Amino acid sequence: MHLESETLPGEYVLSGAILLDPESRRQGPGEIWIRDGGIVEVVFAGQSSAAATVPRVPCRGLALAPGFVDPHVHFREPGQEYKEDIESGSRAAAAGGFTSVIMMPNTLPPLDHAGVVQTVLRRGREVGHCDVHAAGALTLGRAGQELAEYEDLRQAGVVALTDDGSPVESAALMRHALEHAAMLGLVVIAHSEEKSLAHGRHMHEGTWSTQLGIPGIPAACEEIGVARDVLLARETGAPLHVAHVSTRGAVDILRLAKHTWKVDVTAEATPHHLELTDRELVGYSANFKMNPPLRSESDRQAVLEGLADGSIDMLATDHAPHAPDEKELEFDRAPVGVIGLETAFAVAHTGLVSSGRLQLLDLVQRMSLAPARRFGLEAGRLVAGAPASFALIDPEAHWLVGAESLRSRARNSPFLGRTLRGRVQATIYRGRLVHRAPEPTPSLARGG
Amino acid sequence: MIPPRKHLLGLEGMDAREIHGILDLASSFEEILERPVKKVPTLRGRTIVNAFFEPSTRTRVSFELAQKRLSADVVNISSSGSSLSKGETLRDTVANLEAMKIDMLIVRHGTSGVPHMLAEHTVASVVNAGDGQHEHPTQGLLDLYTMRARLGDLAGRRVTIVGDIAHSRVARSNLWGLRALGAHVTVCGPRSMMPKSVEDLGVQVEYDLRRAVRDADAINVLRIQFERHGTPNFPSPREYMRLFGISNEVLRGTQPECFVMHPGPMNRGVEIASDVADGSRQVILQQVTNGVAVRMAVCYLFAGGAGPAAEENERAGGEAAAATGTARRLHATSA
Repeated sequence: MHLESETLPGEYVLSGAILLDPESRRQGPGEIWIRDGGIVEVVFAGQSSAAATVPRVPCRGLALAPGFVDPHVHFREPGQEYKEDIESGSRAAAAGGFTSVIMMPNTLPPLDHAGVVQTVLRRGREVGHCDVHAAGALTLGRAGQELAEYEDLRQAGVVALTDDGSPVESAALMRHALEHAAMLGLVVIAHSEEKSLAHGRHMHEGTWSTQLGIPGIPAACEEIGVARDVLLARETGAPLHVAHVSTRGAVDILRLAKHTWKVDVTAEATPHHLELTDRELVGYSANFKMNPPLRSESDRQAVLEGLADGSIDMLATDHAPHAPDEKELEFDRAPVGVIGLETAFAVAHTGLVSSGRLQLLDLVQRMSLAPARRFGLEAGRLVAGAPASFALIDPEAHWLVGAESLRSRARNSPFLGRTLRGRVQATIYRGRLVHRAPEPTPSLARGG
Repeated sequence: MIPPRKHLLGLEGMDAREIHGILDLASSFEEILERPVKKVPTLRGRTIVNAFFEPSTRTRVSFELAQKRLSADVVNISSSGSSLSKGETLRDTVANLEAMKIDMLIVRHGTSGVPHMLAEHTVASVVNAGDGQHEHPTQGLLDLYTMRARLGDLAGRRVTIVGDIAHSRVARSNLWGLRALGAHVTVCGPRSMMPKSVEDLGVQVEYDLRRAVRDADAINVLRIQFERHGTPNFPSPREYMRLFGISNEVLRGTQPECFVMHPGPMNRGVEIASDVADGSRQVILQQVTNGVAVRMAVCYLFAGGAGPAAEENERAGGEAAAATGTARRLHATSA
């Protein structure tokens, strides 16, 4: 039985891969015995005790990590299925090695009532390419006026609460949201932004916005928001997760909050903020327009440092699909957001591991165990009893990001046409092969 | 002169040779404007669309006159008659225009970058007639033309741009062009209207108007549009005039030869005092006249690859050569 058959049996042993276990921090050759979608046994530097009749699936030349967890995706269903839906989004996730995602609630209607949440989660299970989780809305209609019913949302299965896409503008309402969420054991994901500094502005404020004549969003716009939200978390003792950190000042504030103020705060950064800067806006392509915007080189370095030293805990794609015709509008009218699931590992690997800032094992931790722990997901672990969900990676593979190869319905990737280093060659979700890269690696091709 | 570029999207990145080439050609066209019959057949058969997606009188008329003086076929689109406001993508809009077989597209748009986006999707030449807060290259060129006519070589000259630098495409085109020609540029205006890191663009920043103009050879005064700003960024027109308005009293602190430019339309009593606007130190109407000659040069050079004709024009000088060159080119394309 080989991977190239595109299916795997109910029971098998993955053999020959370098196992990366961020929990025990062990890494090395080993075998994993899988049965009925779950892990039976993980053996480092030895052979599985599975009977000889259990098929061995060779994975030589690949590294095996727990399936990645993306705490921040927009799957647009219900309401904007022309951009993406749960099925195409799940396929994109699988193609990027993600076996768990958390959908943001800015659908139409938004995920502010149990019924919508249940529908979305059911659809995710039907599609069955990854665990589709959902964050509920903090406020009704994401309008920032009244709190949603968090207990209702919790019972429906949300794993966090957020109005992502916009901040809760009233600090008083945000404070009550944190208090109520904390009482029910839910983490609040903050989209931290001082809106009055962003209105009518479309890229980072700096030399390039000045040259391009695009009104700029100052770094302080995000930093005021992050400062406010961590201060409210400090005030209330509520768990807070800061979404898409992109500025040096925000990283500094997080350091202060974590180490000095001892706030229960975690944070995420996106691959595009790790790799790209505001310089990309030359040419006015809306594939480089997102919120928060691409920042300066100094900000980019700070985000890389933050991910390396733990001030930023995890990676998140903020996968935000839009239709091509929407991105072809005038720059100020084009919607914000870029897709990222399929390129996330490669981009982060290029920026963090190839550059020597992080070990591959640490990157895997920030892409699996860290978000799984923060949001209480059954993921990120290589232990008996855990779901058999894995990303099989070739850290050395170079590949060209082409629009035609994307599984997402959208094409708004800022990495189109770039060659990246490090690739997810196959994804196993609960024992099933849900993705295999188009050109098989030599080891996967062998015996076919 | 052969323009190495197909489109005129901005003065950023243009070198002195290119700019002087355009200005030289403009001065040969200027002579036509003094004739009783102000028309030559240079662009006969060429179709130019003036697509103005933002209100404009001066620039649109200037372009239209320039094109008519060159005998081009001209179509004007204004925002009310366009489809851009109906949610059509830029790409569709330009595809439709192109399907009608146009040679050149003059674009004015409120959003920075629109001419760039259109240029990516068309075989016609695109000329930026002002995009958002980005550039207004023909205004920049006519300002350079006006300054060159008064000062000769601009290398080492000092030019001060006064006003709302952050929101001004005129300021950006001017500073790129002036820097390419070797002039020293000072920008002056309220701090709340100064774009971030503007000194990275190679200009000096000065918040004290009197210091900013003291050694200037020319002052370019920008129009202030208080109504455009979402958040109030200045107390009042009165306070503006007091701090940054160009009055005769301010001019008394400048070099005697220093002159005042304004791209129009003027807010008298705000950024420029009436006595200056009507006085002997300003060249404002000369700028308007020069604008037609400069736009003739631009339309000529960029209307559909003026290669050999332009070269011949440079050799022979004057519009007659240009006309024969164009005739030859038209003949060649029809063969």
